[in-house]
Amino acid sequence: MIAQSNLAWRHKKAMFFRCFCIGVTAFAVFILGLLIYQVSVLGLPWLDAQFLSSFPSRFPEKAGIKSALLGTLWLVSMTAAIAIPVGVLASVYLEEYARPTRLTEFININIANLAGVPSIVYGMLGLAIFVRFFQLERSLLSGALTMSLLILPVIIIAAKEAIRAVPGSLRQAAFAVGATRWQVIRAHVLPSALPGILTGVILAISRAIGETAPLIMIGALTYVAFVPEGPMDEFTALPIQIFNWTSRPQEEFHELASAGIVVLLLVLLMMNALAVYIRYRGTRAK
Amino acid sequence: MKTRTPRYLENSLQAVFFMCAAISAVTTVAVIGILAVETWGFLQQISLVEFLFGTRWSPLLHPKSYGLLPLLAGTTLIVVGASLVALPVGLASAIFLSEYASERTRNILKPVLEVLAGIPTVVYGFFALTFVTPLLRIVLPDTHVFNAASAAIVVGIMVLPMVASLCDDAFRAVPDNLREGAYSLGATSFEVTTRIVVPAGLSGVFAAFVLAISRAIGETMAVTLAAGATPNLTMNPLESIQTMTAYIVQVSLGDTPAGTLTYQTLFAVASVLFLVTLCLNIAANMIMKRFQEVYE
Repeated sequence: MIAQSNLAWRHKKAMFFRCFCIGVTAFAVFILGLLIYQVSVLGLPWLDAQFLSSFPSRFPEKAGIKSALLGTLWLVSMTAAIAIPVGVLASVYLEEYARPTRLTEFININIANLAGVPSIVYGMLGLAIFVRFFQLERSLLSGALTMSLLILPVIIIAAKEAIRAVPGSLRQAAFAVGATRWQVIRAHVLPSALPGILTGVILAISRAIGETAPLIMIGALTYVAFVPEGPMDEFTALPIQIFNWTSRPQEEFHELASAGIVVLLLVLLMMNALAVYIRYRGTRAK
Repeated sequence: MKTRTPRYLENSLQAVFFMCAAISAVTTVAVIGILAVETWGFLQQISLVEFLFGTRWSPLLHPKSYGLLPLLAGTTLIVVGASLVALPVGLASAIFLSEYASERTRNILKPVLEVLAGIPTVVYGFFALTFVTPLLRIVLPDTHVFNAASAAIVVGIMVLPMVASLCDDAFRAVPDNLREGAYSLGATSFEVTTRIVVPAGLSGVFAAFVLAISRAIGETMAVTLAAGATPNLTMNPLESIQTMTAYIVQVSLGDTPAGTLTYQTLFAVASVLFLVTLCLNIAANMIMKRFQEVYE
């Protein structure tokens, strides 16, 4: 009898625990839904062609994100152009060339630690090195270089993992027919690691799109009524514009901010979907 | 294939690749160098004891004072609050994902977690200011407009996906035959989870917790927007505070000439931030390596 009721109690406890875990997870997903709902309700009425094609303004009804959107586009393209080649080549070196020496181990641990450094510290680095020391001022180039340093560890870690997943037999077969190391890498390792590398790169780039703090540090402007035309121009970016509108007390600017957030989230969601799609195709091909 | 590369090119390629990898080491040296130089300049004027143990932080207003404790207290409040949200919820979601969810549910939830993790922090700041704070003020009317609680809650939501995903990885690494052994002895799912799976994945769980705390310490935009800009030596989460990161943003929004004491305070505060997060990240890696159960 005692064993029986004990058993019933144990099963009840298991039931309860299961429901608890399900409930908590559902709650977390609910919060995400709530966030998106909240932002869309506030922002969607403001989201029109005028909003996308106007400069920021003191008057909410005339304000838009033209300079911010184009600034982000410039910044992200430049960041990608710098960070992707450097990151992928660095991971090729670490996985394919480097012998397991102290130095290699140090670089690997170092990259893992760099990935955990708060983004604002990268901002300080950008401010001291690019803005002040190299005198690049508050230009797009300063921003892109800072952002590149920030996302490099993310790209390297993802690319390393993708390259490590390429089976060794593939390399050995290529070496066996006389290919040089670089030929092996270019013709076999990189193509078969490509889906993994691309996924990592896309996630890193989306991080660069959303980062705010380092840009504030290097002095990206909060009010820009012109479109940047070259890498040495001053600029603003979408997250900066959102930050600026959010920190104002008036309700209308909060609504503008949420319209900006809707645009930002749409861009990020598309990039995320692309990453998921590439990974899905990659796993299916294998 | 007629793509022959001459030997000298092979070798120079390797040198180029090495340079790319070395950039990371250079970055670290540069970060440490810059923080050290400016912090040294700061410490020439303000003693280390005053900086670390002073109870008033007022570098911008007279009478000036450079005691870090209020900023540390602010950061601590955020970290404690965020941990209260992220750690239990993250752990429970991870248990659900690895122990209860069907393959289909997992395939839907994992990308959702990724989206949640990819939302920029400035968006969480907006959420805190326009949604969480008004809600708090309904429940607790004496909540300030800018308050630590609201920022801590959204920072918790922000680091939650990372906790869930890392714990999930740790639980998934526990081999199934351990679970099956316990089930065959008559254990319930609750007992299997709490006595087999969680203990076996404990190193991963701890590492996830430490990394979450490190992320919460370095979080910037949400706390700048929602927690306020009043360095306040308090443990009351309903008051306006300032964190280390928020101070750095506040100063850099203004125009601070290089070489001044105010400019140097930025680097002194950032040094503390960098050291604390670096120690936590290294600790997380060590926990992961040291206490990892190895299965054959």
